[in-house]
Amino acid sequence: LPTRAGSSLEPEEHSMEPPAMPEEEEVPLTVAPGPAGCQLFGYVGIEAVLDQMKIKTMKTGFEFNIMVVGQSGLGKSTMVNTLFKSKVSRKSSQPSQEERVPKTVQLQSITHVIEEKGVKMKLTVTDTPGFGDQINNENCWDPIIKYINEQYERYLREEILITRKRKIPDTRVHGCVYFVPPTGHWLRPLDLEFMRRLSKIVNVVPVIAKADTLTLEERAEFKQRVRTGPEGLLECPMCPQPWLKHHVPQIQEDLKTHAISVYPQEDFDQDPEDRALNNRIREKIPFAVVGADQEHQVNGKRVLGRKTKWGIIEVENPAHCEFPLLRDLLIRSHLQDLKDITHNVHYESYRVRRLNESNRP
Amino acid sequence: FLNCFRRQSDGYRTLSLSAHIGFDSLPDQLIKKSIKQGFCFNILCIGETGIGKSALINSLFNSNFEDPPSTHFLPSVQLAAQTYELQEGNVLLKLTIVNTVGFGDQMNNRNSYQPIVDYIDAQFEAYLQEELKIIRSLFSYHDTRIHVCLYFISPAGCSLKNLDLLTMRSLDSKVNIIPIIGKADSISKTELQEFKSKIMSELVSNGIQIYQFPTDDETVSEINTIMNGYLPFAVVGSTEKVKIGSKMVRARQYPWGIVEVEDESHCDTVKLRKMLCTNMEDLREKTHAQHYELYRRCRLEEMGFRDIGPENKPVSLQEAYEEKRLKFYLELQKKEKEIKRQFVQRVKEKAAMLKEAEPQVQTKFECLMLMHLEEELKLEEKKNVLEDEVAKFIEKKVLAELLQSQTSVSTP
Repeated sequence: LPTRAGSSLEPEEHSMEPPAMPEEEEVPLTVAPGPAGCQLFGYVGIEAVLDQMKIKTMKTGFEFNIMVVGQSGLGKSTMVNTLFKSKVSRKSSQPSQEERVPKTVQLQSITHVIEEKGVKMKLTVTDTPGFGDQINNENCWDPIIKYINEQYERYLREEILITRKRKIPDTRVHGCVYFVPPTGHWLRPLDLEFMRRLSKIVNVVPVIAKADTLTLEERAEFKQRVRTGPEGLLECPMCPQPWLKHHVPQIQEDLKTHAISVYPQEDFDQDPEDRALNNRIREKIPFAVVGADQEHQVNGKRVLGRKTKWGIIEVENPAHCEFPLLRDLLIRSHLQDLKDITHNVHYESYRVRRLNESNRP
Repeated sequence: FLNCFRRQSDGYRTLSLSAHIGFDSLPDQLIKKSIKQGFCFNILCIGETGIGKSALINSLFNSNFEDPPSTHFLPSVQLAAQTYELQEGNVLLKLTIVNTVGFGDQMNNRNSYQPIVDYIDAQFEAYLQEELKIIRSLFSYHDTRIHVCLYFISPAGCSLKNLDLLTMRSLDSKVNIIPIIGKADSISKTELQEFKSKIMSELVSNGIQIYQFPTDDETVSEINTIMNGYLPFAVVGSTEKVKIGSKMVRARQYPWGIVEVEDESHCDTVKLRKMLCTNMEDLREKTHAQHYELYRRCRLEEMGFRDIGPENKPVSLQEAYEEKRLKFYLELQKKEKEIKRQFVQRVKEKAAMLKEAEPQVQTKFECLMLMHLEEELKLEEKKNVLEDEVAKFIEKKVLAELLQSQTSVSTP
């Protein structure tokens, strides 16, 4: 895992102690360096490299691929539209004859190019209609796993060519948003099984969908219930232990019990600063979200929200739902991190598995 | 919302956003991560001993890197690398300076460039090996590939030396070369312009590719085009400071005046520094995307990998690896057989030798036995003789004692 640069010396490096300076010397313009740093006697201009990076990345643009998984009717398409404030997904709220639920899980990818303040992004959203909608949902995750692995395979094949492209097109799934129905009870076997399998190969971000059907208390209880399980001594379908045994304070612990490590994974925290930031996020997982693509008038302002008989649920209001947290995580703060984990961890482990396989029977 | 779809040339729809989403923070997210990881920059300095390589590096980075001067009497060219960590603001730079020690000093300089080429290739090879590993960690790999080569041209003379041409020609497809004129304070202004033009035309006529500062981005194209016109940079370096006015500046003090390193009218050192810093990212990218890829392609083809198989169908790495594995395994088997055969052969020979020697040893043994028997018999005889003598002596002794006792009795 990448370690913090500058905090330790490798044996073959030679580092300078700051030399003694005579009184007439100018005071160096640098910030006090760490113990292993060299003292510069004046401004050199190395910082210019940051600007160059910025210019370069803005010129080449970014690619971002997300996948939304969940049963039909949980508001996946609306959520994506709300996230990217545009009609990314053309689903209508009343499915027509042709849009009935398919008999098997089918994956549909749509790609758009969006630009904001000079930053160009190629966004690909992969939808999974049919997931969890059948009577027998065993192995409904197989087409999804196959798709994710196919993207890794595509990248790998490009990477191992002798004459390869300057920029390998990246279709790998950077984040998989999993919609948990707001049953108010606990994670169902389907949820646990899916998340367990997929968190091994992709970043999984679980969200509680249509959270407007839960009151705030029910929401908190749901998150708590997932931690402690029901009152009855039911046996956990995933591991033969009575539910009550799962007396753990955090939902993360419950997922950990089933060896499910959702994004942001604890193992990949780079330094204490990172860990502190990610712990705050982990405390809130899964986010309770509401999606809306209509604007309404509230207090003289136009806001995105769902209008109900008993009020307008403002999507961007943190008191109403946790959508802003999801948006900030996916886009404003951790987008690059999602891509890095996908590239440095998930893709690498796929590559190891693949190269170790033998063709011979 | 407002949404409009426009067909783009690459077939993807462009969406207009109705409100601020926030991914414009992406470049900043990326930069934050890069700052955490730190930056790596490796400079190779090629030049004769005493041409001012260390002084220049010290001047460029405004520091005092320790580097003892070397002699002219080294038997071959050696490369010495030193890594320093520099911090400026947020940026942590791992700077590695590789010096060519003894370049141009030998009587016969014909192969002076070979150790340099080997060194550059070795760094590419190390990266390639890491990239080919099954379990690898590229993001934490300390990149030792050379990003820029500062080639020091001697100010004496009026054109490039043959050694310069030979060396640069063998390096220009492997590394970004920036030619510079060392110790430029020994050339006058008029001579300098002529010298620069001569060098550039010689480089062109010899087909040597030097690094050109990129001119495709509008923000830097103007300044880079101007700088390209100043090549090769005429530099002066100094590790000493001289008091001018109220400040201490890096300079060289002569009886007839002071040459200030940081004064652009005196020399191009500041220009070189600016260009290195503002094009660092481009130098690194060219090294990775162009020079390294070329090395990788040649090396993989050398190792027998192909993208297209014999029937013009793409070959997967899987199959290539399998083929190689099979080949390797067969070779191992062959070697094993050969070693076994040799072993059996040797054992046979030794057995034959021993068999031959056996009857000889047998006869020797019998001979020795006979000798021993003879000796034994002789010794038996001698023993018998000795025993007789002892018996006789005892008799004599007894007789003598008897006589003595008789004599003593008879004399009262």
